[in-house]
Amino acid sequence: MNWLIEFFGSAEYWSGDDAIPLRLLQHLEYSFLAFAIAALIAIPLGLLIGHTGRGAVIVVVSANAARALPTLGLLVLVVLLIGVGTLWPVLIPLIALAIPPILVNTYEGIRGADPDLRDAAYGMGLRGSQVLFRALLPVALPLILLGLRLSAITVVATATVAAYVGLGGLGRYIIDGLATKNYAEVFGGAVLVVLLALAVQTGFTLLNRVIVSPGVRQVR
Amino acid sequence: MDEPLVRWDWIARNWDNGGPTSVKVLLENHIVMAFVPVIAGLLIAIPLGLACARYRWLYQPTVGIMNVVYSLPSLALFSILLSVTGLTQTTVIIPLTLFSLAVLIPAVVDGMRSVPDHVRQSAVAMGFQPMRRLTRVELPIAVPVVLAGLRVAAVSSISLVSVGALIGQGGLGYLFIDGWQRQFYTPIVVGIVLVVALALVADLVIIAAQRLLTPWARRRA
Amino acid sequence: MITFDGVTKRYADGTVAVDDLSLEVPDGAITVFVGPSGCGKTTSLRMINRMIDPTEGRVLLDGKDVTTVDPATLRRGIGYVIQQAGLFPHRRIVDNIATVPFLLGWDKKKARDRAMELLERVGLDPKMARRYPYQLSGGQQQRVGVARALAADPPVLLMDEPFSAVDPIVRASLQEELLRLQSELHKTIVFVTHDIDEAVKLGDTVAVLRVGGKLAQVAAPADLLSDPADDFVREFLGRDRGIRRLGFVPAKNLALDPAPEGVTPEGHGTFNPARDSLRAALDAALLSPDGLAVAVDDDGRVLGVVGQAALVGAARG
Repeated sequence: MNWLIEFFGSAEYWSGDDAIPLRLLQHLEYSFLAFAIAALIAIPLGLLIGHTGRGAVIVVVSANAARALPTLGLLVLVVLLIGVGTLWPVLIPLIALAIPPILVNTYEGIRGADPDLRDAAYGMGLRGSQVLFRALLPVALPLILLGLRLSAITVVATATVAAYVGLGGLGRYIIDGLATKNYAEVFGGAVLVVLLALAVQTGFTLLNRVIVSPGVRQVR
Repeated sequence: MDEPLVRWDWIARNWDNGGPTSVKVLLENHIVMAFVPVIAGLLIAIPLGLACARYRWLYQPTVGIMNVVYSLPSLALFSILLSVTGLTQTTVIIPLTLFSLAVLIPAVVDGMRSVPDHVRQSAVAMGFQPMRRLTRVELPIAVPVVLAGLRVAAVSSISLVSVGALIGQGGLGYLFIDGWQRQFYTPIVVGIVLVVALALVADLVIIAAQRLLTPWARRRA
Repeated sequence: MITFDGVTKRYADGTVAVDDLSLEVPDGAITVFVGPSGCGKTTSLRMINRMIDPTEGRVLLDGKDVTTVDPATLRRGIGYVIQQAGLFPHRRIVDNIATVPFLLGWDKKKARDRAMELLERVGLDPKMARRYPYQLSGGQQQRVGVARALAADPPVLLMDEPFSAVDPIVRASLQEELLRLQSELHKTIVFVTHDIDEAVKLGDTVAVLRVGGKLAQVAAPADLLSDPADDFVREFLGRDRGIRRLGFVPAKNLALDPAPEGVTPEGHGTFNPARDSLRAALDAALLSPDGLAVAVDDDGRVLGVVGQAALVGAARG
């Protein structure tokens, strides 16, 4: 508790490079960039693979590999290989880790839709893309949102770790605090990261309420 | 880039150099820190999961809490625990146990729900007592679903341990720190390969265990 | 008119689902495809709206080979009802019914009005319109499935085991409902079932298929029951086809005796010669303690009686 007071009460963290609002904005910026790029790649790909049934192997392999890969190792390796300087060396591993949850859930959501629903949709004369967007996508939405949530959580957590290789954001407090044995800073930073993660979690819960049809929500 | 990705002589020299940072020792630490949480998680998740399966009102709040736990970044949890447990393996083991629980409790509940109602009913009708029904009928049928959860928990746990290196307890994760500080690829590559290999072995062991435990569930390929 | 002209469906692994099927499905009537699992009845049905294309032969709709028509366009003109209804879980009932009208670009209001009209037509409370499919029972969902298929008023309706997943009582009421609807709408209906009782109850024509996709017999239900083409059809029809056939013989030709003193509809089995079958009359006789079936008119007035002996004689025909 004292640490929290020390951290949040210190003027050092409210202005300049280490200001909490600035670090928070940085964290959001990196996370959102990586997340948005990952979603732009993974959702269309997942829809395509789920709808056509082609390329399912990629999904399974990428899902397993992503879980096993140590994020810290991947980060330091990629950044060492590409070199520091711009944001991209850090964004690339973040994006790579963010893609699989979205890809897998989008694929599973479309693939796992009730075969009768698919059959009825085609039988009524919906064309391929109409079947996908009017019948399968709305039903797959809860799973796709779950994938997006897991991905966003991964990005926020990994962006914290990425402070170690020079990224800004909330992870800086933890990494810098550990380096200088300033445990109030470490603790305060950690609390901020937890709050951010909870906010992301809540955001997705609300999004789920807004965009998923009640007819689908009740079934699950 | 003059530096090769892997220097084999470094591996030969550092596999077992007698010090606390020899690869062998790091690997052993990694295994301990990765598996203790999974096993502890399983032991806690089974009774909790059974309770959630029986008392339905428990399920939603439990899953809600587990979702929240799962969303917490590991580095943040390690850092917060530092103030309580210091620079010890416990600091890594406790959060990883929580993550395992977040995966395993829903897996146990889903497993129990995967027991077809007609099977449960006929076990009751044949006079199985509740405890016997649980151990002889329901749990065996739930095994595949629980083990699917265990695979996820084990693989995630193995890969997450390395983040602990940032607070000085990361098993193989130390190699990433070492490689970064010395701008030296070999330890990083060795670390990644060993972590992935360890995850793969754990995954295969669980798959093998499932085949042994549930011979009736073997699918024809 | 739908015509199957030497239609064969063979899959890549060599299985033959439908073997050289030639058949005419008359307009404005219910044609039932019936047979055991693996007889190709569903495959045959699905070749009409191009959910499956034949390997050999042609399926003609009003003289036109269906494979020359764009599948989606073809299907929008053919109603399609399947076993589990296949309703869109994310859309309200009214919008489920209006799916095809929406696809055809109808005005929203017109499509919804049409959906509401159909909702009542299939015997559902208009209050159901705002609900989601999960809030309906299986039987209600199936009614919505029928309404949805009728929405754009297609001349042809394909029904693939639509009532198989509901309990017998609900199934019987859905069957009655379909017959009532058909008496008003006169659609060309192809109906697939594995249940021979359902086939003879609903079909104007029944086509019996055997495993391997071969047509065994096509006939009106009464003819099928009295004159099965071979042992397979005989066995498929079951043992009591003699008595079931009586369900297709009208009771109006029975010679009635004057009712003896004191015989009233109460305490006797009754039948209405104007509407009921010989089977109903026989059943009435069996239910009466003195063996007399009492004939009554629409207002319940006694017209006369028939004895068991006379009924059996009539049944022998």
